Amino acid sequence: AMSSGGTLSILRSDSYAELSQYRDQHFRGTRYDQERLLRKSCTLYVGNLSFYTTEEQIHELFSKSGDIKKVIMGLDKVKKTACGFCFVEYYARGDAENAMRYINGTRLDDRIIRTDWDAGFKEGRQYGRGRSGGQVRDEYRQDYDAGRGGYGKTVQCQ
Amino acid sequence: MSRRRHSDDSDAGQPHKRRRTSEPSEIEERLESLICRVGEKSNSSLESNLEGLAGVLEADLPNYKSKILRILCTVARLLPEKLTVYTTLVGLLNARNYNFGGEFVEAMIRQLKECLKVNMYNEAVHLVRFLSDLVNCHVIAAPSMVAMFENFVSVTQEEDVPQVRCDWYMFAFLSSLPWVGKELYEKKDAEMDRLLSQTESYLKRRQKIHVPMLQVWTADKPHPQEEYLDCLWSQIQKLKKDRWQERHILRPYLAFDSVLCEALQHNLPPFTPPPHTEDSVYPMPRVIFRMFDYTDDPEGPVMPGSHSVERFVIEENLHCIIRSHWKERKTCAAQLLSYPGNNKIPLNYHIVEVIFAELFQLPSPPHIEVMYTTLLIELCKLQPGSLPQVLAQATEMLYMRLDTMNTTCVDRFINWFSHHLSNFQFRWSWEDWSDCLTQDLEKPKPKFVREVLEKCMRLSYHQRIIDIVPASFSVLSPANPVCIYKYGDESNRSLPGYTVALCLTIAIKNKASNDEIFSILKDVPNPNQDDDDGEGFSFNPLKIEVFVQTLLHLAAKSFSHSFSALAKFHEVFKMLAESDEGKLHVLRVVYEVWKNHPQMIAVLVDKMIRTQIVDCAAVANWIFSSELAHDFTRFYIWEILHSTIRKMNKHVLKIHKELEETKARLARQHKRRDSDDDDDDDDRSTDREDGPLEEQIERLQEKVESAQSEQKNLFLVIFQRFIMLLTEHLVRCETGGIDVFTPWYKSCIERLQQIFLQHHQIIQQYMVTLENLLFTAELDHHILAVFQQFCALQA
Repeated sequence: AMSSGGTLSILRSDSYAELSQYRDQHFRGTRYDQERLLRKSCTLYVGNLSFYTTEEQIHELFSKSGDIKKVIMGLDKVKKTACGFCFVEYYARGDAENAMRYINGTRLDDRIIRTDWDAGFKEGRQYGRGRSGGQVRDEYRQDYDAGRGGYGKTVQCQ
Repeated sequence: MSRRRHSDDSDAGQPHKRRRTSEPSEIEERLESLICRVGEKSNSSLESNLEGLAGVLEADLPNYKSKILRILCTVARLLPEKLTVYTTLVGLLNARNYNFGGEFVEAMIRQLKECLKVNMYNEAVHLVRFLSDLVNCHVIAAPSMVAMFENFVSVTQEEDVPQVRCDWYMFAFLSSLPWVGKELYEKKDAEMDRLLSQTESYLKRRQKIHVPMLQVWTADKPHPQEEYLDCLWSQIQKLKKDRWQERHILRPYLAFDSVLCEALQHNLPPFTPPPHTEDSVYPMPRVIFRMFDYTDDPEGPVMPGSHSVERFVIEENLHCIIRSHWKERKTCAAQLLSYPGNNKIPLNYHIVEVIFAELFQLPSPPHIEVMYTTLLIELCKLQPGSLPQVLAQATEMLYMRLDTMNTTCVDRFINWFSHHLSNFQFRWSWEDWSDCLTQDLEKPKPKFVREVLEKCMRLSYHQRIIDIVPASFSVLSPANPVCIYKYGDESNRSLPGYTVALCLTIAIKNKASNDEIFSILKDVPNPNQDDDDGEGFSFNPLKIEVFVQTLLHLAAKSFSHSFSALAKFHEVFKMLAESDEGKLHVLRVVYEVWKNHPQMIAVLVDKMIRTQIVDCAAVANWIFSSELAHDFTRFYIWEILHSTIRKMNKHVLKIHKELEETKARLARQHKRRDSDDDDDDDDRSTDREDGPLEEQIERLQEKVESAQSEQKNLFLVIFQRFIMLLTEHLVRCETGGIDVFTPWYKSCIERLQQIFLQHHQIIQQYMVTLENLLFTAELDHHILAVFQQFCALQA
């Protein structure tokens, strides 16, 4: 840092790499602990994947921002098949930040995917939390999504 | 006995404790915001906004002068795309408050000196340009600016300094002239003529050996790839010929001429360029990337010529916008598209050209590659009716010129294009490129298409790629990425090791332990009978083959399955791959199993390095081995090699960091002890305290040295293998009387260049060894040239 300078707030702006409003309700610990972990995390949650998107595709895309330590596919709790989300863990936080800046909001398997900071993978978090075994969002949605099992679960049961 | 220090306010956990009064920082934020926002889209004119802001700041000067000085100096340094807006502001302030003007100039000079001391040369150029434009705003007297430039140009007379040092001072002088050339020439034409003549003679005598290494294309048609100072010189010469008439730059100060010319000017203090030191690191030379000219957009506004100063200014400003907003892709795209002069210049073409200039820049792009992909997508979103067409035109042009494009740049083109397509359902007019189907597969165009299709497949799946290309392109389509298991078919039962493979398969499926695996493998005979030492664990290629083939086949389902397999049987791997030959053979077998799935090979090699099943040198030797000769020019091989080198580099940095941190801990421990009131100078307790840390430091020191030695060895192995391979080719060509310059040769020599360029900072440490051991005068001049070009980069 220069004694006569520093930088400007408009140039510090890094909105893509900021924390979102989402907080995992199942997190064990205080809000403060959670945010501290989110701010130094190297792990991203990735959502809106197609059920058919493979670990290999995810690895290829997310490697564009740095070396990946691990990909953990999200699974339907009952069927143990992919249910449209995953975790991507990098070795370096900077690489995860670049994924937030440049891969979040772009397409994988023709779908706009969404990334968000994750406090860190814990066993059990690879499963969907919806009643039927998949993700909550697939329980109640009304639209038809060919890449995510068709209609939402409640619609299917009608 | 240690005491808690009072400086624990630096606890990151409780930031809310710090501020006592929020007012001063709020006001500073407001001032910064006001200053930064001037010049943005507004209901009022720029002139009235500047006038208003000057009034506000003038009023705030009594209380907030130092803050205002700091902010203005910072915008001068960091917002060069708004240069003339802020010089006008400073001009207005100077007109109202002469002392403030003087203090600002002094602060700028201090800042310039600091920048030069800490090697911040890009920012220093912005400061010099800002100072020179202040001449136009009647803040600085023209003669004193000329005097500063005289000192800059006289750096070229210094002896025993790197050329890149002189280059920078020359660049700082020349690149300010579009803004201030006219004014300086009007006031001091004789001095300026002298400076320009000194410039010309410097440019004539400076060496340009480095240029071929930095050119994106090796051909001069349709646009020559000029060295940056040569190009700038042509632009300035043309500007002078046009009597310094420059019409592109927005000059708000012109509207305030009547006010500004009443102002008293300041003289710049005499400026002595800080001397060259060992720590000085100057910017690398550049080659100017051009792909468009006025013929490419016949319908639109005329694109300024390559030697026009307008072209220089537009490109500078667009590069600065990207540098300012690279983290915010939407803002960056919006700022690029709102560059003034939209209807007078073909802005979309300039933007696309500038972005590709950065993407293809050698040695490396200024920002991470994926940023440019996403930025172009944002631009397409904002200009859906025009930008995609320019991008398609650019892609077509780049394809047409693949034959002479530098291999590293082709890599980046492949990555960009495949990733871009994956965002647009892989829609492309592939038939337009059917010319490549009749060419030899090793030629650049078919090679490019093959690699693109392979990358597209990685982002989707095999059948998708078959579907998106015309049937005629099937010869270029990637292989179905399936595993090849040699013991899979009953028909292979005569292969040695077949029964053991079956045994292993059953055992692993039944969750056998490492020990059980070892005992099964004991039964595998060693084809290298002499090396068998009875224990059966010397290098046994058959053992490795059977185990690795079987395991990888069982774990073929996904990356995660394969990684689990590597982890579970890590012990077996370590044992089998203990020797260097063992490591090499493991890699060979991995390749045999997964040669249809290069992505899998890459991730397996990565994992094996990280879990120390193989080491970096083994990977390097494997890449240059005859088994891989067939794939030697394929992109994935070089991705693996560079990834391997990067892992090695990161490893060295990591241990080094650990060492520094431990040293710092020891230093802090000493400090704590020294500050204690304890007069009890017990040497033994001191030693006892320091002991563990000192031991740790010694161990880490050894670790660092060993890692650095491994790193150097890796580069030496790579260079050695390149030299062997290239020499073989050159000798064969010479004796056979055939042309050296085959597609393979071009690829190989450029891959060697790529090693130098991509890891230049590390390699700089080995210059003496390289010169004395490997790149000696006896070497074929084709190969030596690469080394000489590299040396010339920082000479």
